[in-house]
Amino acid sequence: MAQDLLSRLMATQDWLLADGATGTNLFNMGLSSGEPPEFWNIEQPDNIRSLYRNAVQAGSDLFLTNSFGGNAARLKLHNAQGRVGELNRVAASLGREIADAAGRPVVVAGSIGPTGEIFEPMGTMTHALAVEIFQEQAEALKAGGADVLWIETMSAFEEYAAAAEAATRAGLPWCGTMSFDTAGHTMMGLTSTKMAALVEKMAHPPLAFGANCGVGASDLMRTVLGFEMTNTSRPIIAKGNAGIPKYHDGHIHYDGTPELMADYAVLARDAGVKIIGGCCGTMPDHLKAMRHALETRPKGPKPSVADIQAKLGAFSSANDGTGDTSGQPTRERRNKRG
Amino acid sequence: MADDDEIILSDLSDDELVLQMHDDLYDGLKEEIEEGVNILIARKWTPYDVLTKALVAGMTIVGADFRDGILFVPEVLLAANAMKGGMAILKPLLIATGAPRMGKMVIGTVKGDIHDIGKNLVGMMMEGAGFEVKDLGINNSVEKYLEAMEAEKPDILGMSALLTTTMPYMKVVIDTMKEKGMRDDYIVLVGGAPLNEEFSKAIGADAYCRDAAVAVETAKAYMLRKHNRATA
Repeated sequence: MAQDLLSRLMATQDWLLADGATGTNLFNMGLSSGEPPEFWNIEQPDNIRSLYRNAVQAGSDLFLTNSFGGNAARLKLHNAQGRVGELNRVAASLGREIADAAGRPVVVAGSIGPTGEIFEPMGTMTHALAVEIFQEQAEALKAGGADVLWIETMSAFEEYAAAAEAATRAGLPWCGTMSFDTAGHTMMGLTSTKMAALVEKMAHPPLAFGANCGVGASDLMRTVLGFEMTNTSRPIIAKGNAGIPKYHDGHIHYDGTPELMADYAVLARDAGVKIIGGCCGTMPDHLKAMRHALETRPKGPKPSVADIQAKLGAFSSANDGTGDTSGQPTRERRNKRG
Repeated sequence: MADDDEIILSDLSDDELVLQMHDDLYDGLKEEIEEGVNILIARKWTPYDVLTKALVAGMTIVGADFRDGILFVPEVLLAANAMKGGMAILKPLLIATGAPRMGKMVIGTVKGDIHDIGKNLVGMMMEGAGFEVKDLGINNSVEKYLEAMEAEKPDILGMSALLTTTMPYMKVVIDTMKEKGMRDDYIVLVGGAPLNEEFSKAIGADAYCRDAAVAVETAKAYMLRKHNRATA
């Protein structure tokens, strides 16, 4: 079997530039808040084409489809659980159209986001149900022409694994990132080193794994260094937010400038990240600055945590549960059962 | 370290039992908490003392460790579930004995936003702190908030948003409350991933709460001020 496009590109390039924000870009095109962005695949396909094309023209080698919330559990909140097949298929086929017209190889990555449900025993979601939900989405993205499935913004490893199983069942290679937004951990308490170790134990591991979203570019880079503590040889993905959202006169904007994102991209490359992109707040101008910096600035030594803080700003927490944990807060237990 | 079957709750002194209940809440052991509550009631503790000394004090430890990044969402959900088990026993007894109220909160995610994990956590931690909570769910319009405030007469209004595109709606709600002259009748707390202190001030909320533990601390502090004002 011929190797998939992403694997071929990763084998021949030192780094690949992924895309930026989906939501922020669509809101700038007039998507109203609360409206599921996936509906625009059908209602405003030209806007979705523009979203994809803008990323490609800014230099992205890979872009994500507009299908982040396109699973039945999320769409159900808009009474659209019956439209999973249609919305995801079109998300991918519009992407295929733009990628094929790019004049260079561009990967269409079928975005799969969380269900929003919590797994048992704390919540009600089961592994079997999650796999079923994700498989419906995965197969539609494949039918629309996605090259690879892109599982993102996960908080629980159970959910990451369920989406991965669905990707494998759908017969597509996959990549997967989690969001480390709570004191350097995921919301469910997973550290970067633990995630990297769990990924290596998977029966069908990803082509690449990493982090997206979370809290700003500096936190994301600290997470990357955490992955690397495990000496993983698997390609790493970094898709950080363009700074932190700020509120001005009734509008929200992210405070990360194109210059900051260019610094972040170069740091990510120097840290050994293979797939570099942005998340919330990352616009085509940011991507252009990132591409330009990656192409023109010489490769430097691997950055330390201190280098990252100096270039990208302070971290959201003193530590992230990896490496030297001696300074971390702990709870002295009196009497623990079992 | 004692193992599982060595701890017999009914053999413990009151002080030891309360400490063990703090541990059991921390570990999310619902049946053990229910048993502990029943034992204390049988030992003629007032329902209010069981609530505050055993349950609320235990949940305060859970909240502090959540705030400090020692515990995360899964542990907090299990602890809140154990707390709920104890509360189910206490609630009718608290009402029957006319125990003092901690306060009441109406909480909901704002219009256009369907995210609720953070909001649910705040609701659970507030209940864990002894507050009465009316959860309006997701996607709430200003009319729904106003109706609920009318019907429930809460002390606190809590609004949550996960999206940068929905968080400005909080200002719509607060501005409407101002227009109707009812803004100062309520403590307005806001929270959600993209928010910050600056935003909360800009829209005229009383406070931004970074997480569920901070929400509880803030709510308690404001309730204290309110009581002080009322008695002054």
